[in-house]
Formats: sequence, structure tokens, C-alpha cells
Amino acid sequence: MVEVEIDGKKVEVAEGSTVLKAAQELGIFVPHFCYHKKLSIAANCRMCLVQVEKAPKPAPACATPVAPGMKVWTHSEQAVRAQKGVMEFLLINHPLDCPICDQGGECQLQDLAVGYGNSASRYQEEKRVVLNKNLGPLISTDMTRCIHCTRCVRFGQEIAGIMELGVAGRGEHSEILTFMGRAVSSELSGNVIDLCPVGALTSKPFRFAARTWELARRRTVSPHDSLGATLIAQVKGDEVVRVLPLENEEVNECWIADRDRFSYEALRQPHRLNAPMLKQNGAWTEVDWQTALEYVAHAFRDIAAEHGKDALGFVASPHSTLEELYLMQRLARGLGSENIDFRLRQSDFSLDGVRSGVPWLGMNIAEISRLDGALVIGSFLRKDHPLLCQRLRQIAKRGARITAVHAAQDDWLLPVETFMKVAPSAFPVALLEILKAVCSTTGASPDTQFAAYLESLPVSDEARRIAESLCSARNGALLLGNFAQHHPDAGLLHSLALEIARCAGQLRVGILGEAANSVGGYVAGACPSPGSGGRNARMLWEDPCRAYLLLNAEPRFDCADPAQALSALSNAEHVVVLTPFVGEHGDYADCLLPIAPFTETSGSFVNTEGRVQSFRPVAQALAQSRPGWKVLRVLGNLLSLPEFEFESSEQIRDSLVAGRDVTAQLSNDMGRVDWTMPSAPPGLERVSDIPIYRTDAVVRRASALQACRDGTDPVLRIHPATASEVGLSNKGRARVKQGGAATELSVQLDEGVARGCVRIAAACEASSSLGPMFGPVTVEAC
Amino acid sequence: MSLPTILTGGLDRESSWRLADYERRGGYQALRAIFSRPLSPDDVIAEVKKSSLRGRGGAGFPTGLKWSFMPRNLPGEKYLICNSDEGEPGTFKDRDILRWNPHAVIEGMIIGGYATGATRGYNYIHGEIFEVYERFEQALEEARVAGYLGKNILGSEFSFELFAHHGYGAYICGEETALLESIEGKKGQPRYKPPFPASFGLYGRPTTINNTETFANIPWIIGNGGDRFLEMGKANNGGTKIFSVSGHVNRPGNYEIPLGTPFVKLLEMAGGMRAGRKLKACIPGGSSMPVLPGDVMMNCDMDYDSIAKAGSALGSGAVIIMDETTCMVRALERLSYFYFEESCGQCTPCREGTGWLYRVVHRIEHGQGRQSDLDLLTSVADNIAGRTICALGDAAALPVKSFIQHFRDEFAYHIDNRRCLVPVEMQREGSRIYVGEPW
Repeated sequence: MVEVEIDGKKVEVAEGSTVLKAAQELGIFVPHFCYHKKLSIAANCRMCLVQVEKAPKPAPACATPVAPGMKVWTHSEQAVRAQKGVMEFLLINHPLDCPICDQGGECQLQDLAVGYGNSASRYQEEKRVVLNKNLGPLISTDMTRCIHCTRCVRFGQEIAGIMELGVAGRGEHSEILTFMGRAVSSELSGNVIDLCPVGALTSKPFRFAARTWELARRRTVSPHDSLGATLIAQVKGDEVVRVLPLENEEVNECWIADRDRFSYEALRQPHRLNAPMLKQNGAWTEVDWQTALEYVAHAFRDIAAEHGKDALGFVASPHSTLEELYLMQRLARGLGSENIDFRLRQSDFSLDGVRSGVPWLGMNIAEISRLDGALVIGSFLRKDHPLLCQRLRQIAKRGARITAVHAAQDDWLLPVETFMKVAPSAFPVALLEILKAVCSTTGASPDTQFAAYLESLPVSDEARRIAESLCSARNGALLLGNFAQHHPDAGLLHSLALEIARCAGQLRVGILGEAANSVGGYVAGACPSPGSGGRNARMLWEDPCRAYLLLNAEPRFDCADPAQALSALSNAEHVVVLTPFVGEHGDYADCLLPIAPFTETSGSFVNTEGRVQSFRPVAQALAQSRPGWKVLRVLGNLLSLPEFEFESSEQIRDSLVAGRDVTAQLSNDMGRVDWTMPSAPPGLERVSDIPIYRTDAVVRRASALQACRDGTDPVLRIHPATASEVGLSNKGRARVKQGGAATELSVQLDEGVARGCVRIAAACEASSSLGPMFGPVTVEAC
Repeated sequence: MSLPTILTGGLDRESSWRLADYERRGGYQALRAIFSRPLSPDDVIAEVKKSSLRGRGGAGFPTGLKWSFMPRNLPGEKYLICNSDEGEPGTFKDRDILRWNPHAVIEGMIIGGYATGATRGYNYIHGEIFEVYERFEQALEEARVAGYLGKNILGSEFSFELFAHHGYGAYICGEETALLESIEGKKGQPRYKPPFPASFGLYGRPTTINNTETFANIPWIIGNGGDRFLEMGKANNGGTKIFSVSGHVNRPGNYEIPLGTPFVKLLEMAGGMRAGRKLKACIPGGSSMPVLPGDVMMNCDMDYDSIAKAGSALGSGAVIIMDETTCMVRALERLSYFYFEESCGQCTPCREGTGWLYRVVHRIEHGQGRQSDLDLLTSVADNIAGRTICALGDAAALPVKSFIQHFRDEFAYHIDNRRCLVPVEMQREGSRIYVGEPW
């Protein structure tokens, strides 16, 4: 520790700290622009100049390391003269157009100019004008306002992992721009809007929508990925007009992904369902809530009476709130049905009843930042988990060794030491190879049921390298991604990961939860009880029900096998859908109930580390939509189910989790299962990713995100060698067949795809007519 | 009487850049002596310290001291860099050293590499002297073939690789950390210090950076002893120095003189003032240093301490001579324009301030000045100087302040009368390159 004196006050700070940090400890504010705690130090804005004893000239507080006995004055005459001098320079070429600037009212330059600027400028010459740049559908530019702090540039290089913005030109001609007219396409790009201390980079969808002081700032939680980023929704009237990150060092730090930031556009018209709707004689009519709910109660009661309780199926999206999921399962079980699930994209449920607890990240999110090694199994990491990927990027920079096993190699913008690229059906073998290599390094003896397979198994170099990096980690982890969870052998993969972790010596195993409530769904009990014979997400479609209740789910995009799901739905007598949105369920549903999206209801998400995050509505429910939990509660009342008298979502949550430690329910361990190794299917295998802006019903309707490169239609991606075997050529068209389903897609050769595989994104319009996300597929040129 | 020389004596400018010629003049004997005597790296540094050799690039930092900062025993790559990115207006000495005597630089760098423990060297050559870069490459090849570079030099344990690298002519890349960024392939922008290059330099490795002329002096110092070098100059100002004399003299060019030689002597060597005119002003150390009035200059000696005492600095040794036909407003306008164009744009005061300075001086020169502009210029210059990462901010501010300080009346006249104090015809007359010949 080093003791320094700032403005006459003494403080002890760690060696190597900066003067700015020491001042912050003392609560002394030093004006600054380019400094940001999460970015490298540039020391270029010069606003934080302070006086240091015995130094001949003022020093930048952000970059000056403390020294024992150092005396600093942040507001002395010399310091303030320097700060005012810098402010004058910042303002001479700034347009001072605050009245028409979106940043006005929340602008660091504006705020500091009040304290350090003059009321009139001594600059009488012509001001500089800088042409605006097109950075894509999310970020709007007014480059004349730029003060060249380079925060946006450093963000790209250091946090997003890709330098999409840079400074070109010198001196006064310096400009922030992209490479040769390219747009910014990082999935984290929106953060530069927050970072920009002036109005040079602002939100394009928000542009000119409101002044900041007209907006209420209300806390909420992201409904998309399982990170549970904390958000501030800014509301004008009853409309969310902007979303910002709420700083939470343990979860999202000060960042959010573009998906969290811009998805609010979906919450408006024309996407929203205004009133309950019934389909009568093939035509949709608006009805009042009473009529609609009574219709549903009757329908469900009749089906149960006629065909038995087992004829009812309940399907929830894992993006629903904990309270909705809980009431949904109470409703199902109250009606006597165990046919309920929220794990819609999973196809293997062999661990149900074997798991020791709720599958989760296996550690706190913040602990990821302390790992020194990680093997990521089956994950489109960068697009599936943008901010978890960012944490891995930071540890990789500090020397953590990242390795991966996956069927498609995308650029994660972080150094992946070894990437083992294998077809989905070869995943178990790949993990067995790693297990064998691990055991031969550590001398551990593998479980007998795996040992039999290991004996004659040849171990590839890649597996050996991955094993070496796992064994050298002192604080390492195996992380199973969404793809590994969707995999037809998900249970086996999980089991092998546990075995590798055990044999390598105390590695952790984490499940990267797919959706906002992937953990919450288990906590709410929204899946069949073990041994009950209830239908899980696969059986719900394989063995169709007579009536379905869908909660926030859009089976065409959200299910492992959309073709099968749609066929089950269209043959059902009743399909009741609780959804905030129009436009998806018209064909098979007979009743649509408008429920409030996450911004208009209270509720909770349990994120992948088991953190229960509750939120209040940030806006009034639109038109006749009602919070999902209220709708389910009334439905329960109409069906005369016991203990359905909930008055608030907090009451529901408390009856579920209050006094009970959710984290105590979390475990990735499992009981014993006797596995048989799957055999590879003949022919080509399908590899499916869920594109980042297709994951859930909200983001699929967010127009600005859909206009991004990640929102474009999927193509068929195939390794060039495999392509020439089946006669496909780059940019050509291909006919894809899966069972009885078929579609046409354009072809893109991609060496990142494992050989013998075809990568076709799921959850997209173009591929929604196809079958399961995994398994055999045939392609031919057309 | 001719003065003693170290770097420029005996060069025929025909074959003097060839290895054979250099060896005939005693070249690479210092390097051989290191291995034959033998001298340890510490001995070499001690000898350089004894010589009082000060950095010839402009800052005048003691070379021996700088070398002693290198963590010589740290494992891994360490770098030695020669800064030949000579871009300051008025300076043209390194170009001639590389053109006529490149092996002196190469030998100096090898010795420097030996002393600092560097494994690899780069000579960063200004982008606008491409033929010099090509010649240096040839010289390097000669040295490699002769076994002066590469593995186990002259059969010793010592290995050292040396490469040439040419920039693209940006003035800022002469700033040592901007130069490092440039070699790394990044935009040439100075780094904030600390950390200093000796601990975190090229590619984050320990690095020493010296000027071309500094390196060129090293073989002589090792060959003849630091004491003799010091004796050639004066206390704390060892050796000789090449001065690039430009402007209103009869024979502009590079002149090597012992430090401490009177300015009058240097002026005489450069052929004296053109047409016998009077010295009005002189910038003794390159355009970034303060200007001195002629009468002050005439009483100065050419060494670091004397010039500093007179209120300027020796800098890189670019002596810009201005006679009484010079309009000081116009001269300052040109200088300010240079810094406006060459600012890297990183720090606010320099990026915004250099343009402001230039625009105001430009306005004054074009008859649009106001009396308040003079105080404004001084104040803006004050706000730039000392507030930036590198010294370019100071370099832009110092000429403005010193021009106004010493020639305020001339600026005031220009503002009031909307024209130069020196008649335009007289300025034209003064700008003729050869006196007496029509232009």
C-alpha cells in the first residue's frame, strides 16, 4: 500500500494505482473524458490534469501512478488553469448544438463545460466540420461533436474483441470511422453509445424520440440470454423508448448486448396483440377477457373429461417469468396433467430423474473472470452468450487457456488455443478421447463403463492438447453450451464432462443456460416430475395432445423439431396461446390471450448462476393485455383449482422461493446412468445454430436488430470438401430434405463447419419448415 | 585552421559509404577491440559515460546513462533502435551521415547492442529519404556478409541482428514511442510515459532508442577513449556535433564542429551572411526551439549549456539563419502551419491548439489581425505547452511564444498596418538563392 495526499487528505491505495483512483477513494472528483474504468488508459483528453508536488507541469491523474508521500492538488490554481485550458480547446471546434443533440442533458462535455468552460469563446476562426458516418442500423453519428477520446475505439479492441472503429487522419483531421465504409456489426456495439461522452455516437432507433429529462428511468432485467443483464428502461408516457445498462459488476459489469438494448422496439405496435381473440368458424373475432377465459376453461375441462387429463399439454417458453412458469405448472398439475415443459429446443431428456439438482453455470458469473482455463463444449459462444464470451475474452487476454469442441468454428474474437471440430454425432467420441488423454496425464482411472470404450480408442493430437491445457489449469472449467444441451446425446455429453472434470482433478462443470429462465423453469417445476410419466418437450409433440396451452412459445421457431410441433398443433382440438404478439399462431390456435411482455409485468428471472432477479413493470400494459400471472391465476380460479388466490407476483415468487435457498437446489451432478455409445448416422448431419436475433419472440420482432448483419436470412453453410462431394458450389442454391420436410437455401462454403455436416440455422423463416435441429439431412444442388 | 572532426572527416562522398572504405579509415576496429581486449558491456557503458556524449536527436540526454537503464540480464528479446526519422524543419544531418558514413552507425549500433544486451536492432529511416534507406540496406548486407552482424559476431558469443525500416514521413514518428508504435505497424502516436521504453518498449520489451549521430560517435569513443572525446568538446558537452546550417548564409550545409565552438565561427564556416546582411534572428536547434535575436546569437557558443543559458536549446543542431530581409510574421506562419499539419491529434491541447495558433498567425499575416491576438497567441501557446503526452505540443508553442516575445513590435506593426515591416521587395531579394544572380 502507498500513502498519498490529495487536496490535503491522506489515503492509502494499492501500489500501482493511479492518482485518479486514489482521488476516487477519497470521493474527490477529477474531471475526465477519455478515462473509463473498464478500458485501457489513453491519457489523451488531458481533462484530468492535476498538480503534483515537485512536478514541473500538470500531470494526467488517470495515468500518473501514485508514489509514496506524493502530494496532489486537483483543484489548485495550476490544476484548474490546466483543466480550463483543455476545456476551452475541447469546445473551440465543438458545434455547441446542445439544443438539437440527443446527448443534451446527459452529456459529460455539457456538464463539465458548466464548471470549466467560459460563457463566451475566444475562438473566432472557422469551426471544423466532420462528415457523418453510416455505422449501421443501431448507431447514429454526428461526428462534428466528437472530442476524439477514443473510448469507442478502445472498446472495440479491448472489450468487443474486434476493431471496427478506428482513428484515421492526423491532428485536426483525425476522424473516427470504420474500415472502408463498413458498418459496425459487433453484437456488443451499442455500448459505444453509452461510452461516448458527447453526442457523436447516439442510438439510431431512439434518435429524436425524447429528451432525456422527459424520461423515467426504471430498473428491469433482460429477458433474453441466461446472463440476466440488469437494465434501465427509459419510459416516456407508457412507451419504452430506450434501454440502458444498469451497472452490476457481478453480472453484466457495465455492458449489455445489443439484443438487450434494442429489443424494446418489438414491444410496440404493430407487433402487439390488442385483445383476446377467438377463432370461430375459421374467422378471428375480438372478445372480452371474461368470454375468452371461460372459453378456455370450458375447453380444457371438456377435453379432460372426454379424453382424460393426459390429453392436455402445456408448453412454456423459457423466456417466461418465474411466476408465469410456476402458475402454468400449478394449472397443469391442478388439472391432473404432467405434460408440461419449457426446454423446448432440447431433444434428450435422459437425465430427468437422474440429476442431483437444477443444472446451472456451476459457479458465479464473476468467477468466470478468475478462471485460468476453460473447455467450451458445443457452443456458438459469441452469439449465444455475448457477455459471457466477453468475460472469457478478458481472461484469455490475461493468459487463460481456452479450448473448444464444437461442430462449427466461428470467430469468437478471442484466442482459442485448440478448436476440435467434429460432427455432432462424434461429440461423445471426442470427449472420450479427451478423457483418455486426461487420464493418461493424471493417472486417474476412468469410470468402468467408459473405460471399455477407451482401450482401443485412438487419441487425436487436438484431444491431447485440450487435455494438457485442462490438466494444467489450477482453476479451470468445462462449459456446456446451448448446442451441447440441444444435442441428441446431451445427457451423455454432460456425463462425460463430469467424468473429464473428475479425472483432470477438480475442474468445474458449468451449463451455459440458454434462456432468461433456463434455471428458473426447473425452480418453478415447469417440467414433468420424475416417474410421473408426464410428457417432456419432445414427447409433447411426438405423442400429440388434444389441447395445448402455449405460454410465450412460438413452436415454429422455438422447438427442437418445428415440423413435428406444427403437425401436433394443427391436429389438436384446442390450442390456447398466451402471447404479447400477433402474427404467429393464426393457423393452429383457436384462442389468443394478450399477455404483457417483461416490461409491462412484474416477475422474476433466475439467471444461469441461480440469482433470482425480480422486476416491476416499467410501463402500463398495452391495450387489453394483462400480466401472464394474472391470466393464469384467473384461469385457475375459473377451473376451481385450490390455492390459486394470489394477489401479487411477489406472493407467487415468495411461495416458491422465499426462505428457500435457490442456490442450494443447483447442482450439475447426477446419479449413475448406463450409457450406450451412439453410432454415427450415415450421410450428412445437420448442425443448427440459433442466430442471435432469432432466439425469442421479442427479439425476432425488433426491427433495427433484424436490419443488422446478424438478422439476415440464413444460408446453408458447408465445408468446401464436403460441398464438392455432394456437388454444391459457393453461392449456388441447394434443396435440403429432412424426413418429409424440404426447403431451398443458398449455399456458402465455410471451412469452419465440420466435415460431413451442413450448417443450417434454426428459428428462422427460411428453415422453419425443416425438421429437427440435429440428425441426418440430404442436400442436392438445384 | 580546420577544426577536428569525428564523423565527417576524410569522407570522399564517392565510396566512403562502402565497407572497404570504412575499414580503411579504421572502421570496425572499435568492435574488434571490444572482443580482443576484451571490454565487458559495463566497460563500454562506463566509457560512453566518461565521454559525456549527449543524445544528438534533440533532447540531449546522456547516452551512457540511458544505456545503463536497460535490464541487460532480462531473458528474451530486447531491442535497440536507431532513430533516423529526421523530420524537423532545418535538420538534415542524419541523412548525410547515413548517405556517406552508414557503417559508423552500424558499428555504433552493434556496440550499443553489446552494451545494452539488445538482441535485435532497427534503424527507423525517414520515409522521404528513400534512396538513403536503400543505401543503408546495402551497407547492412555488406556488414552481414563480413560477419559483423548475425550470429556470433567476429567469433564471439555475441549475436545481434540489425534491420532497416522506413517510415512514411510523419514528423511525429520521430518521437521515440510513436516510432515504436509505427514499427509495430500501428498508427504513429506517442505513448504515455511511464512506462518508459527501457522497461516497456517495442512489442512490450525493453528497448533503447538513440539518434543516428549518437550511434555514429560510438565507435570513435570506444576506439579513442571517452576522455579524448570529452576533451574535444567542453565539460558536460563532449565531442563534436554536426550542425545543419540553413537560411540566409552563403554556403548552407552540414558542419561538424567541437561543442563549445563560438557561433561566429560556425557562421564563418557556412560562408557568412548572404550579401553581408545583418543577422536578424536564429533558431539554433531546429524549428521546435525558441528563436533568438541576432545579437544574442552572435555572442553564443555552440554547446548545450550555452544555448540553454541564452534562452533556447541546441536541439538537433539545426541552425536556421534569418537575416534582416525576413518577415517574422511570415516565418512564424510557416512554422505554425508545420505543427498544425504534423500534430498526431491524440491530445486535445495539441490537436485543437495547433490549428488555432496557425489560423490566428495566418490571419495576422493576411492583414486581418487584431492587437488582442498577440496576447491570445501567447495564452493559447501557454495552454498547449506542457499539457500533452509528447513534446510536439511544446514544439508548437515555443516558436510562437519566442517570436512574439522577441519581435512583438514587428507583429504589432503588421496588425496595425496590415502589411509587413520588411518591404515585400526586400523579402524577395533576401530569398534569392545565389546572391547577385537573377532568379
